[in-house]
Amino acid sequence: MKNNSIFKLTFWKGVALLMLVIGGYSIFLRYTKGLGAVTNLSDQFSWGLWIGFDILCGVGLAAGGFTLCAIVYIFNIKRFKPIIRPTILTAFLGYLLVIFALLIDLGRPWAIWHALVMWNPHSVMFEVAWCVMLYTTVLFFEFSPIILEKFKLYKLLKVIKAITIPLVVAGVILSTLHQSSLGSLYLIVPAKMHPLWYSSWLPVYFFLSAVSVGCAMIIFESYLSAKAFNRQLEFSLVKDIGRWIVVALGAYSVLKFMDLLHEGKLKLLLESSEETYLFWLEVIVGIFIPIILLIVRKIRENRIGLFASAAFVIGGFLLNRMNVSITSIQTFSDYYYFPSFYEIATTLFIVTVGIIVFNLIVKNFKVFEEVPVHENKFKYIVIDGREALKEN
Amino acid sequence: MNKKKAILIDITRCIGCGACYEACKEQNHLPETSSDPLRDTLSDKTFTIIEQRGDYFIRKMCQHCDKPSCVSVCPVGAFEKTEWGAVLYDEDKCMGCRYCMQACPYQIPRYEWGELNPRVQKCVMCYDRVKNGLPTACAEACPAEATIFGDREELIKEAESRIRDNPDRYYPYIYGLNEVGGTSVFYLSPVSFEELKFNTNLPKKALPNFTWEALSKIPTIVTVGGVFLTGFYWLTNRKNEIAKERFQDEQEEISKSKTEGDITDEK
Ligand code: SF4
Ligand code: SF4
Ligand code: SF4
Repeated sequence: MKNNSIFKLTFWKGVALLMLVIGGYSIFLRYTKGLGAVTNLSDQFSWGLWIGFDILCGVGLAAGGFTLCAIVYIFNIKRFKPIIRPTILTAFLGYLLVIFALLIDLGRPWAIWHALVMWNPHSVMFEVAWCVMLYTTVLFFEFSPIILEKFKLYKLLKVIKAITIPLVVAGVILSTLHQSSLGSLYLIVPAKMHPLWYSSWLPVYFFLSAVSVGCAMIIFESYLSAKAFNRQLEFSLVKDIGRWIVVALGAYSVLKFMDLLHEGKLKLLLESSEETYLFWLEVIVGIFIPIILLIVRKIRENRIGLFASAAFVIGGFLLNRMNVSITSIQTFSDYYYFPSFYEIATTLFIVTVGIIVFNLIVKNFKVFEEVPVHENKFKYIVIDGREALKEN
Repeated sequence: MNKKKAILIDITRCIGCGACYEACKEQNHLPETSSDPLRDTLSDKTFTIIEQRGDYFIRKMCQHCDKPSCVSVCPVGAFEKTEWGAVLYDEDKCMGCRYCMQACPYQIPRYEWGELNPRVQKCVMCYDRVKNGLPTACAEACPAEATIFGDREELIKEAESRIRDNPDRYYPYIYGLNEVGGTSVFYLSPVSFEELKFNTNLPKKALPNFTWEALSKIPTIVTVGGVFLTGFYWLTNRKNEIAKERFQDEQEEISKSKTEGDITDEK
């Protein structure tokens, strides 16, 4: 038993090391030989895996941060408080990695600060840049209590706690804006995108799918970190989040199909083309299966069932972002894009760094709260005082 | 030079000699990339090409759109639509996000993929020449007058009268006049533009409008969102306070009634 766990640890450490070495080498090549030498990007395909996965998926997967903050602080459902720290940590790390990825993808990364001083308010990219920057700052503040506590800086801690609500409100608004704007990026290319994905609703799709994947990530991470750090899963908490996913996904899918209907695109769903298959795959994996799974109470209230549903949502989400950024653009391009070895290695490098840093922080700071429920006396939404009496 | 300039390309006249191709290379100090102009592709080193489609030759170059996508999407405003029509790029602003390339409906901007300090490259409508009252190098070089340069309004009239006077020779459509809200490069063709594989699916609406419809909602989202979220916070917290107060009141009443010796609760 003991041997087994040591072997497991060294195996994953080995994998991580390998990723870091190969990815590090790819990044080194990118900075010394140029984008052309390491990527399969071309003039016809100027955005590839790094934008599609590292940026679009990265930002979406970090959406748990603002979703949970809104649930806990705005909708005042305080019982989720114990999982707020790990979620904020993931979001914060996620955004830092997105910025890191951007520095690799930009042709002139040293000019990134230009977005601060050379304004073009007509550009969606400009808006995204500002929102991401401001929201990363907000996340830093939301995350800072963990550090301040560790170093016993109680005065600063008090200041941060005092501005929690304004921070949360700002964070939710900034997230709403840039999560949806990542979809708006594609509004300007109606003639370059496959009609199954192009829609004037793209910003709303991106927002709703970000909310649902944000919720799914909370479940997914709680499950994994419970396993990895040998903790109890806050199961009674996360299972409720499953219902939020059903609502978000439900709205998302109804909108999506209503729009296809309105635009007269339903016949595209019956075509036999690569795009149609990929569209169905995305919708079935990411929307239909998880909705069905989560509606069934037995599955929702079962650890494995809940975890699997979350995994489906995440898988479908990744497929959607890759479809929007690559499959749909491929249709009208004569250039066939598939990411190069170095592009994939760089992406894996970034993911690996994320996991390692998360582990380090969790081991050294108080990210998971030890006493989850007791401090929440009287803080439930309860209208009847007797109920409150019972709960305590 | 305040008048808007344009380029008119008459496919019925083009003989595919490649003079424009050579002239452009020379004017912009671009290296040779192919011995046959008809085989070359647009690149960071080639701003115009001639493609053969059946019996016809088609020049490809930046359309210098009236409402250019490239100008609209660039986060740092590196692209500019000049007063006289040309769309120009400023490498000192560019940060290399390549959104301009992603957004251009004609796939025009090209990237210096091999460089460590890459630029976006495309036709500049011979800015230096036009500034001095000269036509573009490609227009000047064309021996068949298939490419001509001039004032936009006059060229539109010229194109219209060519179609009117020779209805057998021309397909009755000026490509580029209304595509994506109008451009500065017009094409006349003997056959339908679909047949020549021009991009005929492009909306007539200026593309930046699609984005603006979403972007202009931002102030509303921020203000309404701010009020809604703060309001909701206030509501949910108020509810809790009421619950707490009521709970305390009840406690008090219970203890009061207990001191009064009322024991109905315990029965
Ligand atoms: S054709 Fe493309 S590069 Fe040229 S002005 Fe229009 S959008 Fe810009
Ligand atoms: S690559 Fe440069 S010019 Fe093109 S949109 Fe990005 S910053 Fe602007
Ligand atoms: S206008 Fe000038 S830069 Fe543009 S294609 Fe003609 S010669 Fe080349």
